[in-house]
Amino acid sequence: MPVTFKPLESYRDDFSYRNSAQAIRRFPFPFPEDSYMYSVNIEPATPREPGSIFAHWFDIDEHYLSEMAERGIVLEKDPERCLVMPHMAPAAWDTLEMLMEHLAADYPEHFELQRDGDQWRWVNRPLGIEQRFTFGDPASLPCEPLEYITRQAQGDFALLDQRDGNLFMDAGMVTCPADWSIKFDAGMSFTQWHAPVPMAHQLGVFERALKYLLNIQVDHPVRRLNWTMTVNPRMDTSSETFHEWGHERSQVTAANVARMVHLRVELQFMPRLPRSNALLFGIRTYLISLEELASNPAWACRLHRVLRDLPDAITDYKGLTLYRQTVVDWLSQYDPEVVAA
Amino acid sequence: MSAAIEVRVAAVRQLTPVVREFTFEAVQGQLPGFSSGSHVVVHMPLGERSLRNAYSLLGDPADRQRYRIAVRLQDESRGGSRFMHEQVKVGDRLQLSPPANLFAPSSQARHHLLFAGGIGITPFLSYLPELQGRAASFSLHYAFRGGLTDAYLDNLQASLGARLHSYDAEAGSFLDLAALLGDQPLGTHVYVCGPQSLIAAVREQAAQLGWPASRVHWEVFAAPEPGQPFVVQLARSGRAIEVGGDFSLLEALEQAGVEVPSLCRGGVCGQCATAYLDGAVEHRDAFLSAAERSTTLMPCVSRGRCGSALLLDL
Repeated sequence: MPVTFKPLESYRDDFSYRNSAQAIRRFPFPFPEDSYMYSVNIEPATPREPGSIFAHWFDIDEHYLSEMAERGIVLEKDPERCLVMPHMAPAAWDTLEMLMEHLAADYPEHFELQRDGDQWRWVNRPLGIEQRFTFGDPASLPCEPLEYITRQAQGDFALLDQRDGNLFMDAGMVTCPADWSIKFDAGMSFTQWHAPVPMAHQLGVFERALKYLLNIQVDHPVRRLNWTMTVNPRMDTSSETFHEWGHERSQVTAANVARMVHLRVELQFMPRLPRSNALLFGIRTYLISLEELASNPAWACRLHRVLRDLPDAITDYKGLTLYRQTVVDWLSQYDPEVVAA
Repeated sequence: MSAAIEVRVAAVRQLTPVVREFTFEAVQGQLPGFSSGSHVVVHMPLGERSLRNAYSLLGDPADRQRYRIAVRLQDESRGGSRFMHEQVKVGDRLQLSPPANLFAPSSQARHHLLFAGGIGITPFLSYLPELQGRAASFSLHYAFRGGLTDAYLDNLQASLGARLHSYDAEAGSFLDLAALLGDQPLGTHVYVCGPQSLIAAVREQAAQLGWPASRVHWEVFAAPEPGQPFVVQLARSGRAIEVGGDFSLLEALEQAGVEVPSLCRGGVCGQCATAYLDGAVEHRDAFLSAAERSTTLMPCVSRGRCGSALLLDL
């Protein structure tokens, strides 16, 4: 079914972002059971049900225009949220090619790609773009190729150079991170940027995940879901802007919790970039308020149990400590075991 | 296990008396792209058994229309290279596993020092367009037997000029590894592909001279060494499978319809690592730690010991 885009909504200031009933139905609720612990929950990214967020490599949804406008606002304030180290230029072109190929094939009503050797023509109807350019020649595009294409695709993108049996974050477009920073992580290895995560190291999660990721083959991407929570539907919760959003975690009350607190789910999608051998790490973020989430009472019940029993170390790491109890109290109305007691 | 790609043999060229080049095109759609240093695994139906050998892609990665590989006829062929040389004709269809790369040029090298022995030239043929394209500093040292294993020599001389150094054993010319590895600019990465003896010599010499192991890259494509026949039992299905002396355990499992994910098929990448529950194992891989070897083996190269039944957690 064709995607229709909502008029512009905001991820800051008045926070007018909302999900339609259809967006709620396709929301990637991330908990397969009533408790949560880190695991290597990576699976082959085989396309699933049409209309679901798993149908295509790169999901475009009703928030497309708003999210692209939000990316523009962040880049205006902080152009260095897109960085490409010189040796990653081939991976940037790889990413451009992959995104254009898949968007044009999966959403032909919105995107179009024509190729004649290295002479390419790209059409993005929702954003009103028609661009002729020479593949491989950065001067033929209005800006650097990774920035060019990721200004037209939802979610963050990190490009990982593979060497020395590890993955290095040497390029990326990161304007909607869940409390991290591309500038801080730039040049770090997979092992280094995961160092702060509690508990998972002892479980051997990262060692196994890294081995898995190093062996990803061309045309055989993998995916996983990750989650946290965010106060207000704010996309840009990066380390650089902590002063703008950190204090909001103390503003959650029983009266505003349902609308203010959002479950934030990342669909991480990892394909091999064929020509550069780099790994693309796509992080597509979905936000849903507790009020919207509770329109599915089974989700609300499960989230209640997950958050109630979440180990303190993970609660702290995810930044939930200040308002977890308020959320658990509100969600408890959806848990039949609590209601019966 | 990744789905195989079906290709058509578009061209065959005899390059030397023992090296034959094959050009493949997609039967349907477009071939997956690949990066410098990638290989594919060719599935070879040989009567009742099926062999899978890995070959470097030697074309320009920018060419999305075709793959090219070169196959050296092995003196002690288990049937794979002989099949490629004697059976495969233009128009034939073959199955390939998609490209994988375990031998990529490092993005951090200030200088790339390439050592090729005979057919080991093939991965470097896909390096050259990339290294030349980004004006990287490199030199290629190519050792061969003139008139026999000197494939692509003329092309390389024409395109590389002074950056190519050739060593013809027939003319008494040999690599001086101590001299070459002893005098390189800071930030050099060394890459070697060729016979096991050349790889071992480069690694040993580099280690002696104090090269960090992370700057020494090597790739070996060799059929698994034969061994004694043995029997493997699968704990979950209860099946028993006989592994012949010139079969690898991985090949025997595949032959029996048991698919184990694999990439390099040479004991290096770790992809086929499989848990075992009982039995004596002859470990031949270059991947698992001593601790891991007490519970895990790599069936692409490692074997059960003759007379002792091996019990796999499959």
